[in-house]
Amino acid sequence: MKIVPLVLFAIIAFGVPVFAAHNNEYPVSTPPLTEGIFPCSNCHAGMDVNAKKRELKDEHANIKLHHAENDRWCLDCHNPADRDKLKLANGDKIPFTESYLLCGQCHGNIYRDWKVGIHGKRIGYFKGGQRVYFLCVNCHNPHDPKFKSLKPEPPPTKPERKNGR
Amino acid sequence: MEDRSQTRRDFMKMMSMGAMAALSLGSLSCTRAQVEAFLQKHFREMTEAEKKEAIRRLEETYFRKYGKKFHISTQPADTAVLWGYGLDLSRCIGCRRCVYACVKENNQSRSNPQLQWIRVVRLKDGSLINLENTEHYYNPEKVPEPGFQYMPVQCQHCENPPCVRVCPVHATWKEPDGIVVVDYNWCIGCRYCMAACPYKGRVFNWGQPNIPPEELNTEVHYLGNRPRMKNVVEKCTFCIQRVRNGRYPACVEACPTGARKFGNLLDPDSEIRYIIENKRVFRLKEDLNTEPKFYYFFSA
Ligand code: SF4
Ligand code: SF4
Repeated sequence: MKIVPLVLFAIIAFGVPVFAAHNNEYPVSTPPLTEGIFPCSNCHAGMDVNAKKRELKDEHANIKLHHAENDRWCLDCHNPADRDKLKLANGDKIPFTESYLLCGQCHGNIYRDWKVGIHGKRIGYFKGGQRVYFLCVNCHNPHDPKFKSLKPEPPPTKPERKNGR
Repeated sequence: MEDRSQTRRDFMKMMSMGAMAALSLGSLSCTRAQVEAFLQKHFREMTEAEKKEAIRRLEETYFRKYGKKFHISTQPADTAVLWGYGLDLSRCIGCRRCVYACVKENNQSRSNPQLQWIRVVRLKDGSLINLENTEHYYNPEKVPEPGFQYMPVQCQHCENPPCVRVCPVHATWKEPDGIVVVDYNWCIGCRYCMAACPYKGRVFNWGQPNIPPEELNTEVHYLGNRPRMKNVVEKCTFCIQRVRNGRYPACVEACPTGARKFGNLLDPDSEIRYIIENKRVFRLKEDLNTEPKFYYFFSA
């Protein structure tokens, strides 16, 4: 009987504030969700959960999983009970704005570097204003995370030869 | 040092009296503003009132020239700050987004002359110690290319800058926050600094700068990105107009791979300190004792 209030106290004193602190500690950019797709519950609320690994044909057909695809499926990261949330390995529900916690489960070194601003990008103010952290998914497609090659901007113009010199 | 600048000033004064005399004879067609700009003191010797006056005159000149209202800051260095830059060579893909963001932010001449403060060089994998085998005109369909690495080079903001030491008129100097600046109004275009810089950190405006009027950045610093004139030397200032306001430099924000890092070397919690303390870091041409504040590193 004594244990319950203790646990409650611990959650209130430590658990909850720590969890709430995430948002302020890392002010992140908006997750790059396809327009009109969120909240996911708009479609998924009334749907049965189908945990079977399969090719997606009707919806999300553009998603081809190239991210440890042999070991992974949608519901390892997406919360089956509440589609508007993601899910950590320990079952915790997290919002899309904290998806870095999900990535950090496997990519520990990179997560450590990201937190101190070494991996990934920060923009805005480092003093006297908002600093914004890019989420992992702003640069890496979570379903196909390899950084894509880019067309480079043009090279500088070569100095001209003038007057026959 | 003082003596040399005194001599220079006396010389200039004499010259300007000559110019004034010529003016009164009507043989030279200078505007009043041009004459005043010519007689203006070295930026570091100006009083606050004189700075205000110089800024007013410049803003007027820019308005006449570009039809745009400029806001020219003279914000001084914060004494608790020494700026440092980090560049992650394991992430740079050579896409040159930084180069063009810099050109835009800092009002560089777009063509004829084309001036760029950042040069991205390409090296063969494994030849990082052989900088002679680099080139910066590479132009493939896509970057990164297999077998190559990329290394952006710009002014390294040396703690011991040879460019400053050779300037005969003290038109360039190191600010207390470590930024090496140029007073374009004081620069005589002799290009000694360009010859002295081991990093090709400076470029010369050999023609009238060309900037599409609609692309002018009107938020400028006197010692940074204000529009330059023909015959002066210019260079990276770590975006002095941004960083002294607490913002990241434009190249940092433009880099799609997040390879560029920036911060205060005196702040133990800054990104740059973390890099120096935890990553493999090197500086270009360390043997020259120029002590760059630009740190290349490998995060992976
Ligand atoms: S923008 Fe970033 S990745 Fe592209 S060349 Fe510049 S530093 Fe390298
Ligand atoms: S890199 Fe060149 S221009 Fe920049 S401070 Fe050093 S010597 Fe001067």
